[in-house]
Amino acid sequence: MAGPATLGTPHPAVENRVIRVDITSKYFGEQQVLGPVRFDIRPGETVALLGPSGIGKSTILRIMVGIDTRFEGTVTRPDDMAIVFQEPTLLPWRSALDNLLIARPTLGADAARAALARVGLSGRDDAFPGQLSLGQQRRLSLARAFAGSPEFLVMDEPFVSLDPEMAEQMLALTEALITEAKPATLFVTHARAEADRLADRTLVLSGKPATLQEEAAEHGV
Amino acid sequence: MKDMHAATPILSIIGLFLLWILCATLTADPSVLPQPWSLFPPAAREIGSGELPFHLGATLLRVIWAFALAMTIGIALGLVMGRSESLNRWLDPWLVIFLNLPALVLIVLCYLWIGLNETAAILAVTLNKIPNVATVIREGARALDPDLDAMARVYRMSWLARMRHVTLPQLAPFITAAARSGVAVIWKIVLVVEFLGRSNGVGFQIHLYFQLFDVAMVLVYALSFIAVMLAVEWLVLQPWERRIRRWRTA
Repeated sequence: MAGPATLGTPHPAVENRVIRVDITSKYFGEQQVLGPVRFDIRPGETVALLGPSGIGKSTILRIMVGIDTRFEGTVTRPDDMAIVFQEPTLLPWRSALDNLLIARPTLGADAARAALARVGLSGRDDAFPGQLSLGQQRRLSLARAFAGSPEFLVMDEPFVSLDPEMAEQMLALTEALITEAKPATLFVTHARAEADRLADRTLVLSGKPATLQEEAAEHGV
Repeated sequence: MKDMHAATPILSIIGLFLLWILCATLTADPSVLPQPWSLFPPAAREIGSGELPFHLGATLLRVIWAFALAMTIGIALGLVMGRSESLNRWLDPWLVIFLNLPALVLIVLCYLWIGLNETAAILAVTLNKIPNVATVIREGARALDPDLDAMARVYRMSWLARMRHVTLPQLAPFITAAARSGVAVIWKIVLVVEFLGRSNGVGFQIHLYFQLFDVAMVLVYALSFIAVMLAVEWLVLQPWERRIRRWRTA
C-alpha cells in the first residue's frame, strides 16, 4: 500500500497494525447466521461490507468492535476505536461539547471545539442534542467518531434513514473526514453506490449462513 | 390562569386548616383536638428548651442514614437485577418475600437479634426500604438503551464514566421516584423504630406524650417533622430534579 502521504495525523508503526477478523461461525440460538468470514483491514484503508438487510453485516461489525463476544473465531483490533450508528446515539442529557469529551476524555476542550466547528457546529457547544436538528445530531455523531483520529472506525449503515439530499451531505462530509483522519474503516451498508464512493475495497456478504465474496472497487475515479 | 395554578396548593392547605378548626370547634375539647393556634405556645416552649431541635435532629440523622443506605444498595441491586435475567430469577423471590414482610416484623427482629441500639434501628429501616427501591430501579434498568451501551463500550469509557454519563442519567426518573416515595416511607418507619426502642427522636417523644395523653405535643412533633420534610422537598429534591431535567426542557 502507498505511504500515508496525506494531511492529518498518520498513526505510528502503520504497517503492522492490521485489523484482522477470523470468524469460523456465529449462531443465534440454533440458527447459524455466519459461516467462515475472514478479512483484514490495513491501516488507513476503508473497507465496505455490502449485503442485503438481515444478512449479518451488523453482526460482523458488532463482533469486530467487541460488542458481541459470543462467536467462534478471533479478532485482532486496536483499543482506539470509534463508531457511527444508524441513529446519532448521543447522550441527550449532556451538551454537544460534553458528548465529544465524554467519549474522548483525552481530547481537551479546544480540540473538541475544533471538531465541532469542522462539522459545522461551531458555537453550539452548550446545546443539548434535543436542541439540535436531526442533521446536526448526525454531524455531531460524526464529529465524535473522528475526534482524536481513531485508529479503527466502524460505521453501521450511517446514511440509511436519510433523505437523498441529507444523505449526500453526510456522505461528502464523511468522505472528507476519512481523507483527513485516515482511520482504518469498516463501512457497513446495503447501498452499492455508497460503498463504491467511500471504500477502497468492497466485500460482499451473501448466502445462508453468510460468507464473503471479495471484489475490487475502483475508488476515486 | 397561571396565578390560579400557583395558588391552588395554598388554598388547599388553607382548606385543611379550616377543616381542623371546624373539627376542633365541634369537639370543643383541647385535650382531644386543640385549635391550630393553641399549638404555638407549647411549640415555642419546646424549641426554646432545645428539646424539639434535639429530637428532630436525632430523627433526621436516622432518616439520612437509612435513606442513603437504602438508595445506594437498592439502586445497585435493581441495576444488576434489571440487567441480568439469570440473577433476577435468583433474587426475585427474595425481593417478593422482603416486600411483603411487615415493617414491624423486621424492626422487632432487628432489635431482638442486634439489640436496642442505633445499628439495629437504622438497619431495620434500611432493610424495609431496599426492596421498594430495587423494584423501581429494576424497571428502569430493563429499559436502558442498548445502543448507548454499545457506544460507551466501543469508545472504551471507564466504568465510572459509563455510570455517571450513560446509566444513571437514564435511571434518573426512576431514582427520583424511588427517592420521593422513599423519604416519605423512611421517616414513618424511623418513627416506629424510635417508638419501639430508642431513647430520643420524634418517635420517642410521641411515645412519651402518648403516655401522657398530650395531643397538643404529639401534633407539635408530627407537624414539625412534616415541616422539615417539606423544606427538604422544596429546597433539595425539587431543585435537584430541575437541574437533572434541564436537558428535557432546554
